[in-house]
Amino acid sequence: MNRFEYTESSLIVNEQIVAQDINIRLYDGEQKTVFESGEVFFTTHRVIWCNPGELQAEKIVLSLPLYLVKYIEEESPSTFSFSKSKKIVLHLHDPLPDRNEGPQISSLYDYIKLSFREGYRKNFASIIQECLRERRWEIKVQTQSLTRVSQIKLRTGIVGIERSIQEKQKATDKSISIAFQDLDKLMTMAKEMVRLSNNISAKIREKQGDITEDETVRFKSYLLSLGIDDPVTRDSYKSDHQYYRSLAKQISDIITEPLSDVGGMMALTDVFCRVNRARGLELLSPEDLLNACRVMDSLNLPLKLHHFDSGVKVLQLQTLDDENVATTTSELIEDKGSLTPEELAQLLNISVLLSRQRLLVTESCGKCCRDESIEGLRFYPNLFLTRD
Amino acid sequence: MADVNIDWPWQYSFPPFFSLQPHTETRSKQIAAWKTLILEYFKASKQSTLDIHEATNLPVFNNTAINRKLNTAALLTILNELQNSGNAAPTDKQKNIWEIYWHTLEEWGNIIYTYIMNIGATNSVLTIYELTQGDDVQNEEFYGLDSNVFIKILKALETQGKCEVMLFDDQQGVKFF
Repeated sequence: MNRFEYTESSLIVNEQIVAQDINIRLYDGEQKTVFESGEVFFTTHRVIWCNPGELQAEKIVLSLPLYLVKYIEEESPSTFSFSKSKKIVLHLHDPLPDRNEGPQISSLYDYIKLSFREGYRKNFASIIQECLRERRWEIKVQTQSLTRVSQIKLRTGIVGIERSIQEKQKATDKSISIAFQDLDKLMTMAKEMVRLSNNISAKIREKQGDITEDETVRFKSYLLSLGIDDPVTRDSYKSDHQYYRSLAKQISDIITEPLSDVGGMMALTDVFCRVNRARGLELLSPEDLLNACRVMDSLNLPLKLHHFDSGVKVLQLQTLDDENVATTTSELIEDKGSLTPEELAQLLNISVLLSRQRLLVTESCGKCCRDESIEGLRFYPNLFLTRD
Repeated sequence: MADVNIDWPWQYSFPPFFSLQPHTETRSKQIAAWKTLILEYFKASKQSTLDIHEATNLPVFNNTAINRKLNTAALLTILNELQNSGNAAPTDKQKNIWEIYWHTLEEWGNIIYTYIMNIGATNSVLTIYELTQGDDVQNEEFYGLDSNVFIKILKALETQGKCEVMLFDDQQGVKFF
């Protein structure tokens, strides 16, 4: 808390507000402070805390220069705490000796916390991370143009180009090493990583000749395992209903193609595995998945949830109804003379559970009939109805 | 018993025929086919009683060629259907022993009564043995009919006032009016 200082609220040249939120309390380490329900502004240069409206009124505000921030961390409410508010922890460097007057002279802690009473947008932390990485406060103002400054660079000849390439490499290198510091960080960096991997894969495609096919395939599989770039998470929605609706859309995007490949029907357990495999990190609970699948019907998505009488739940294409299944299955049975669920499963490359369901649906439409014997269950064309 | 000659229907060699079908329409067709087959079989073999635990000894319920047997539950369902149409009746409470009537008791009654009228035997006493095993009835359909079934038929006729059954120990006779 001793790193905060009283400053003018007006922004200096080249300083921009990148994120803001209201109803925030400051913590000095683990201790609550008197600074509560205020507004917080993250600029490219500092963190500003003030009472509501003070920034606009250009009063004196509390501010913390960003160069004192080592790194930030998100803290979720623990199981035992009653507070629901989310916190962001800023870990700080030692204060500089020549600072302005602040609210506190010394502090036991070298970190502060911002407690968001009403939660924050999901990319809030990543915006600040971005800010910290860019280190805009180090760029000296050279012109009056506020926005273009950082992009104008001196490029002279080949050396200049080489230098800029080197810089880019360095930046990439850095973001990779930051990303893998720990998993929590990786999660906030996931988007960046996916973008990076897309770039790399594009490059590979350009240079296809240089790399063997096998290597390309292997590398692509690594990239794919990084998952989808923007998973729908509960945090970013105020209500469950909205969350399920977006989740349903995303599931339908991911699953529709593989689902059509396997004949238009997939057991919910398989869907669960595939979706979570695709998400990689922000894993879904079975319950959320089920709820999302339940709202699919109302969203005009190509998929729908279907309950079989036996209790098995599947996702299937909207176009696939019992009648269709029965017709195609009965044609298969006609072709083969008779089929067991196992044989049908092999034929269609689906699970035995699903093939069994298909046959039962066909039976309930009267398009085949069963033969139960010690050899097991076998289905025949329904000669009872078709012959005579 | 095994050399009963009937025209086996196509269903007899169709394996699903021996499993009770859950689909309503299919099941009704299946049961109808079974009813026809059972009645035809019992008629051809002149049998009237069926012990459901012994049923699989009969070729009708056990097709060795395709290795399929009708199980007891399915058989009971079919027998109940036969009972509904008057073609079968259980003789004990456990429904283990059944009588199969390839004509319903009423139809039998008419057949026998017509026969009696034709030979002009009304008002005279005839024995049951005479009517089921006698030389005179060799060409009649009820020749060789189980005597218990035969008595049931006569009892039914008796309630219509068409005959009187006389049962003394081993003397079983009937007088038609």
